[in-house]
Amino acid sequence: MPYLTPTNHEEAFSFLENNNPRIVAGCTDYFPSLRQGQIHDDLLDVSRINGMRGVTKTDTGWRIGAATTWTDIVRAALPPAFDALKQAALEVGSLQIQNQGTVAGNICNASPAADGVPPLMALGAEVEVGSSEGSRRVALSDFIKGVRRIDLNPGEMVVAIHIPDIPTMSTSAFYKLGSRKHLVISIAMVAAIVQVKAGRLTDVRIALGSCSPVARRLPGLEAQLMDEGVADLEYFDFGIGDAFAPLTPISDIRGSAEYRLDVVSEMCRRVLIAACKGS
Amino acid sequence: MDVENLEASIDFNLNGQIVQVAPVPGERLSETLRERLNTRDVKIGCNAGDCGACSVLVNGETICACLMPTQQAAGQKVETLAGLVKSDYHAKALIERFQDHGAAQCGICTPGMIVSTVALLRANPKPNEQQVKDALCGVLCRCTGYRKIIDAVLAVPASIDNSGGVGRALRRLDGIDKVTGVEVFGDDIAPAGTLEVRVVRSPYPRASFVFGDLDAWCEQITGMEAVLTVADIEGENCFGVIPEFADQPVFAEEVARFRGEAVAAVVGTPEVIRAFQPDDFPVTWTELESVANVAEAQAKGAPQLHPTRAENLMCRGIVRSGNAEAALAAADETVEGAFSSGFVEHGYIEPEAGFAEVVNGRVEIHACTQSPMMDLISMEIILGMNRSEIRIAPTGVGGGFGSKLDISIQPYLALGAIKTGRPVRITYSRTESMQSTTKRHPSEITLKIGAKKNGCLSGFSFFGDFNTGAYASWGPTVANRVPVHASGPYSIPDYTAVANGVHTNCPPAGAFRGFGVPQSGIAQECLFDDLADKIGIDPLEFRIINALGDGIPTVCGQVFEQGVGSKACLEALRPAWAKERKEADAFNAASTGSLRRGVGVAAGWYGCGNTSLPNPSTIKAGVRTDGTVVLHQGAMDIGQGSNTVISQIFATALGISATELDRIGGDTDVTPDAGKTSASRQTFVSGNAARLSGEDMRAKILRHVNVSDDATLAFGDGAITVSDNGKVHNIDLTIMQADDEGYAFVSRGTYDPPTKPLDENGQGIPYAQFGYAAQLAVIEVDEALGTTKPIKFVAAHDVGKAINPMLVEGQVQGGIAQGLGMALMEEYLPGRTENLHDYLIPTIGDIPPIETLIIEVPDGHGPYGAKGLGEHVLIPTAPALLNAIKYATGIRVHSVPVTPSKLRQAIKGREND
Repeated sequence: MPYLTPTNHEEAFSFLENNNPRIVAGCTDYFPSLRQGQIHDDLLDVSRINGMRGVTKTDTGWRIGAATTWTDIVRAALPPAFDALKQAALEVGSLQIQNQGTVAGNICNASPAADGVPPLMALGAEVEVGSSEGSRRVALSDFIKGVRRIDLNPGEMVVAIHIPDIPTMSTSAFYKLGSRKHLVISIAMVAAIVQVKAGRLTDVRIALGSCSPVARRLPGLEAQLMDEGVADLEYFDFGIGDAFAPLTPISDIRGSAEYRLDVVSEMCRRVLIAACKGS
Repeated sequence: MDVENLEASIDFNLNGQIVQVAPVPGERLSETLRERLNTRDVKIGCNAGDCGACSVLVNGETICACLMPTQQAAGQKVETLAGLVKSDYHAKALIERFQDHGAAQCGICTPGMIVSTVALLRANPKPNEQQVKDALCGVLCRCTGYRKIIDAVLAVPASIDNSGGVGRALRRLDGIDKVTGVEVFGDDIAPAGTLEVRVVRSPYPRASFVFGDLDAWCEQITGMEAVLTVADIEGENCFGVIPEFADQPVFAEEVARFRGEAVAAVVGTPEVIRAFQPDDFPVTWTELESVANVAEAQAKGAPQLHPTRAENLMCRGIVRSGNAEAALAAADETVEGAFSSGFVEHGYIEPEAGFAEVVNGRVEIHACTQSPMMDLISMEIILGMNRSEIRIAPTGVGGGFGSKLDISIQPYLALGAIKTGRPVRITYSRTESMQSTTKRHPSEITLKIGAKKNGCLSGFSFFGDFNTGAYASWGPTVANRVPVHASGPYSIPDYTAVANGVHTNCPPAGAFRGFGVPQSGIAQECLFDDLADKIGIDPLEFRIINALGDGIPTVCGQVFEQGVGSKACLEALRPAWAKERKEADAFNAASTGSLRRGVGVAAGWYGCGNTSLPNPSTIKAGVRTDGTVVLHQGAMDIGQGSNTVISQIFATALGISATELDRIGGDTDVTPDAGKTSASRQTFVSGNAARLSGEDMRAKILRHVNVSDDATLAFGDGAITVSDNGKVHNIDLTIMQADDEGYAFVSRGTYDPPTKPLDENGQGIPYAQFGYAAQLAVIEVDEALGTTKPIKFVAAHDVGKAINPMLVEGQVQGGIAQGLGMALMEEYLPGRTENLHDYLIPTIGDIPPIETLIIEVPDGHGPYGAKGLGEHVLIPTAPALLNAIKYATGIRVHSVPVTPSKLRQAIKGREND
């Protein structure tokens, strides 16, 4: 039972080709998930692979290395469209968890309550999956297939997350609702990215978490909000039509399904107003 | 590529030294630091990143060592508290400020707190309060309520007074060990490599079971040294804190009665125990029908937990005076309501842990406990050994709040050490601790109260069912205390209160700060507000009208001629009540959004010491021939401060400063029984014993040189210098005959509070003193989301005499934090919230400023007038919050916790009305 700390992708891929290790980086989900007495045969620690950590600008957008921590996100110089992601980063567990936990780990853990997923979905994130066969990119909304289920085959690992270019005038915000101030799994959360021209919304992206097995964008609501006046958001009727139809919340210890559906309107209103304020 | 195989070693810089270790692949850094590098200032509270006790700095960043594989530390710089206090500028200053503010109570979270703070201050030497909260949000504290920690970090000036007598805000005498990480807690005593014990537990609320061939199973695993079962118990497989109700087995036999109940234990090397999976243990389970609550337990045909307790009724407590029914009928207005609360977990950050070994044929148990002598009595019965063959040597206690009164790990330690003949250790996982140790009783209460138009109470009828779980534990105490206290600190001539303790297949509900009174207080104090509204009297004035005072009988017919501080506490809140309501009204009038501010008050009282039963404490002291005064301080300090308070009282009685004392703890071999740390009795009962012991010592010394009582004493250099009336007498201790313990002078003081039994109507003298409290809470409700944000507390507490005002404030703030948790977020659901991320306790971000108003109405029985305080502090908190929520929203919530989901539903219901 080895513990592997490769320093380049090829070493990692070659090990993955012939073994089935548990891939770890920040380990903030790995350790709590261990049952009493459970020991994994092999651990592949990807945190020291060159190029795996940090946010970089590419020709077409941004690249977030798979071992980038939430604190790295907070400290990175990024345009206002990433404010939602930064705010989510500050709501991930505690400072300790933010210093250790990684963006890619948050995705791969595939919890319905993953704090990073709504803002990344709103950003139109793609996941870069690599293996000795090469690499492929898959939309984040397709990569997370369900609760604890992701589109990752044996031999593959997540290498990076890519965010396509987004206009510099886009602004964003994130709102997390929990039963205490910190260190809390959300009851519901919402991320919004907007563009405002002449006081009206010209682009709206809203993603909600903890209200469906996988966080969801709300295209119906986004369409309804197009061209809405920013000043009118306070009175906008979020309950109309089937804006929240994609949501399928459950009742659990954190809140009832009914409650979740009830509060998402107000959360969307607040996060949109906050996002517009950033503009 | 680095491939770290089993024996591969890595280097890193630990506290300035390069260290080399060979961890198991995937070993947690916390374990490596503690077990391979003896860095035991790093504490483990949850092993899941939920509590932050294991926080260390890696390359200057705060991380949870329990979540980092040691391999990731290779080549890095790791700093722990032990290193920081030696070399770091900020840490050196922080350990002083933490002591000045009493920011460490039990001390188990303190390493994580200080380490996290150092990272903050290095980046930002002058943080504001919000920045402190953001930096420390990952470290949970269950004792302090965080406010003293915030003050210490922000370098708020402290009003410390280290002169050491009664009434002085003396630093904790045991504080330096806590803030430097030197304090030895339950898991800190065993040497690395010690055999470990792991308990095998029922996965079902009720199940029968049969073992396979245990010997053969044990035999085939190298390093598995023993399996412990009921067959290893030479005495009785039964324990309980109240002898008449003792019913709990060390190991369940044939049927397990709650999820998490022990049926066996294994003892093995650390490597074997690390890999031990309970599913591999040869036991076959058959799940049986179980009962989860009182209604199920009392339904026809429900499974009976104990054959002698029909309908699963463990016991019933009753108090009756006057004629409640007639008074209610004659009342001008009445209110009634049904209130409920769930299990509450104590949530101390130190899980149960300890070490045991057989020394010269005697079993020695070193473990965290609130009551060494009760542990000794239980172990005597279980082991079938004479008391003289057992030693209970308490370790530091990382929080208790009532749950560490009951034995937990002690039998497994003792049986393991006896069977293997080798030292053994055990530490419960967070989940084991939550599954198997006691909880606060869930309650279902119905209450009807009447009043006359003039505001005087007219009739009070209370009935409460308390889910006591599978075993009695302190359930009988809850059933008896609740009817005595359900009136609150008020005069209610016509009163009836009945409380049942009912068995279910849940974890045993036992002692938790307040013994059921916080639950009954919610019903009573909420309905008081409703009643005041109904008759049109200000809720605070309504309480003042009805408050108990000197010479007014309690519901038990007890009349205190002095010392009743109920009215003083309530009256102390008048200025804040007027100011805060005015501000809230203005806020609400101006609020255009969904925020509503509310202000609520509630009061409480609590009888100090055992209910109508003897509970003596003895405090012994000695003067060594070198002049050292040694205090045998057996009143377990679980963070509340008895090490300091008892010393202050003793020292004052003797006539020196508490800082001059040497202290010996509650080791049953050398220290007399100071009773249990429970029932808010230590300051009162052990404090009196300390006073008597100090007076006895002083009298013996004065008599030795035949001087007057005005003499002053000075100890040191093998002598006592006695100055009286201008004359100086020197007692040369070196020439005196010392006793076996090396003492030239020895003193003892024993105190047992004067009480009398309660008759069949609960009439009598249950306690020699009560303490009194009244609190005011200010909150904001976000009506659109159903969230409640506390923004301020004002707490008036009558402590008779504040022996140490700083520690009083610490108790008040910590109690309010627990009451806030109970009111707003905490509910233990067996099988669902068995960890600290699903079971939420308040974080540093949840506790608002708390203003403490210390009220001193001296009590004739208390040492220097002092009264107990520990439990009083959370009794008014939850009802004050509920009353504030009603003020803000108009909604009376009848159950806790008031989760956002629950409150929002009620708000929607109001809108639909």
